[in-house]
Amino acid sequence: MRKVSFPYMGTSYIPFERLLTAFGNEVVVPPRPTEETISYGTKYAPEFACYPFKIVLGTYIQVLEAGADTLVSSGGVGPCRAGLYTTLQEKILKDLGYEFEMITLEPPGRHLRDLIDNIKKLINDRLSLKDYISIGRFAWKQLVLLDKAERLSHKMRPLEVKRGDTTQTYKKCVELIAGAKKYSDLREIEREVELLYDAIEKKDYDPIKIGIVGEIYVLLEPSSNLEIEEMLGELGVYVERSMFLSEYTISNAVMDLFHIAGDRDAKKMAAPYFKEMCGGHGRESVGNSVLFAKRGFDGIIQLSPFTCIPEIVAKSILPKVCKEHGLGFLTISLDEQTGKEGLRTRLEAFVDLLMAKRKKAESFRVKSQYVKEMA
Amino acid sequence: MKIGIPRALAYYAYYPFLETFFEKLGFDVVVSDKTTKEIMDLGIEDAITDACVPIKLFHGHVRNLKDRVDYVLVPRLVKIKHDATFCPKFLGLPDMLSCSIPQFKNMLEVRVDLKRGRLDLFMLCMKFAKKFKKSFFKAYNAYLKALLSFKNYTHQFLQGGIPPLGIVGQKKNSPICLAVLGYPYMLYDPYLSLDLIKKLINMGVYVVTPEMLREKDKQKQASKLKKTLFWTFSNEVIRSAYCLFENQNVDGIIHVTAFGCGPDFIVDKLMEIDAKKYEMPYLTITLDEQTGQEGLNTRLEAFVDMLKIKKAKKEAAMA
Repeated sequence: MRKVSFPYMGTSYIPFERLLTAFGNEVVVPPRPTEETISYGTKYAPEFACYPFKIVLGTYIQVLEAGADTLVSSGGVGPCRAGLYTTLQEKILKDLGYEFEMITLEPPGRHLRDLIDNIKKLINDRLSLKDYISIGRFAWKQLVLLDKAERLSHKMRPLEVKRGDTTQTYKKCVELIAGAKKYSDLREIEREVELLYDAIEKKDYDPIKIGIVGEIYVLLEPSSNLEIEEMLGELGVYVERSMFLSEYTISNAVMDLFHIAGDRDAKKMAAPYFKEMCGGHGRESVGNSVLFAKRGFDGIIQLSPFTCIPEIVAKSILPKVCKEHGLGFLTISLDEQTGKEGLRTRLEAFVDLLMAKRKKAESFRVKSQYVKEMA
Repeated sequence: MKIGIPRALAYYAYYPFLETFFEKLGFDVVVSDKTTKEIMDLGIEDAITDACVPIKLFHGHVRNLKDRVDYVLVPRLVKIKHDATFCPKFLGLPDMLSCSIPQFKNMLEVRVDLKRGRLDLFMLCMKFAKKFKKSFFKAYNAYLKALLSFKNYTHQFLQGGIPPLGIVGQKKNSPICLAVLGYPYMLYDPYLSLDLIKKLINMGVYVVTPEMLREKDKQKQASKLKKTLFWTFSNEVIRSAYCLFENQNVDGIIHVTAFGCGPDFIVDKLMEIDAKKYEMPYLTITLDEQTGQEGLNTRLEAFVDMLKIKKAKKEAAMA
């Protein structure tokens, strides 16, 4: 039996594990990235590799040590470097003497046959079509629910009265979802998740709203972005992320099959500033910032791994976009050297500035109203 | 009408074509000054800090040009060859410039997407000529002359010269033959590369650059990689490396890369791992706006000396 493993990214390991087990594989669940993971990664990766590359390489070393013999990861068509991760990682790991098979799942639009061949390698049980549908439906629902629980946690965290309530509720929700056995369980859990969040004691006020844009891995994996969402939530900020895995899968895997560009809104919004597709999520970062501005957000935070090329392009465009739309803008480069306390200080200062800006705008509005009434 | 070409990035790879084409079309071609510290500083001022040196330099060259010409040519290179595109920074270059450089109104953006090869290039040139109301025959003539001058340029490389640095030919009987691999805009900018190639030649080294290898031989190596790289210039470099590994006709390889260069972390590591396999001496030199002359000299001298000793030992063993 194959012992399969895959990169760790947020809570996505839960549905992936379920999917691969159902296909008749033994799964080595990747551990959450820790200092140890990152130290392996930085030791064997080139110096200028982007942060996700280092984390994923570190994770591979840990799972290979734990006995995995097959690694599954996604590919890409570039020009972002992420599409070549597996090529280089395979070479580095084989050079270190590990023996394994690397399975790269390419997007279906251009490499459909490759993709099917690769998926076939991972299916070791004889399953009926009905089984496939039920497995697929279950894993998909799990993924969507996990995203929903996370989204709710972002919404509730700034409003909680007792600090830490939301984080605990979120953890409980993830456990519940991970423990589900049947599709009908998930439906019940969906209701329960909503009830759990409703039960949190809340304040009533209008928090500062910040939109987070940037590169997908550092957005989705909290250990790589130093739990920035939690930190901001505890500062009393409503955070919204531009990307969740379930939406990403639809726009990049399903739509790609039919050659439809995903994330159309964001691309349309970015068009005046960003005229060319440049890989990664550079254009989406710009487009989503405009969308956030239209929805009345106060500020944008851009997360990018150090030396990420598409985000560097976006980074030089974003200040102009944010200025035109009256948004605050903060960019954060992440790598293994970024410290949590330094980041906290920067965030606190940023939030203070946004608050001052809002207050100024409000007093201006009151004043002009007053002037109107006098006249 | 004056048209300005920044002396940076793709300029070094394609300048004979560009210069001849615009001249024959009847433009006044102004190329920005050779890179100096002032230009570098101007670039650093405007470009964002995370960008690599070549991109910063491009900003600097645009600043150097923009007030003395009618148009500044900023290419958006999408595709030159069918199998690869360019680094995202090339793709987003005009967008970056229009946001980072204040008061930059005379940008002439040209999108270069040559999916179908020669035909697309011809169409692009004609479209450009039409935009500036030049006659078809003049444009056609300019196009042919430009192609000819580019062909002549590539031919000079194959003869062992390095035209962008003004090197016509090299002594064939040099004791050491070294390959210097890197992107044209790194190797052929004497300020950025700290005159690395000329330094090596003065040490008595015969230098081979990716352009000096035949296109056919490089293309043969394309299947060596499991997945083709996404970037045209990177493919050139890595295929040249495989060519040299296979033929073993150089004594060592120096890879010149820019600090924070995106594609190069993959290219460099792939070459490093394979160099070990083929037992080829390999040195990576990372350059940025702060690299010092002396540090570079020491490293080059040490590398060349080491190779000389190695060669002498080998010859002694043979005799």
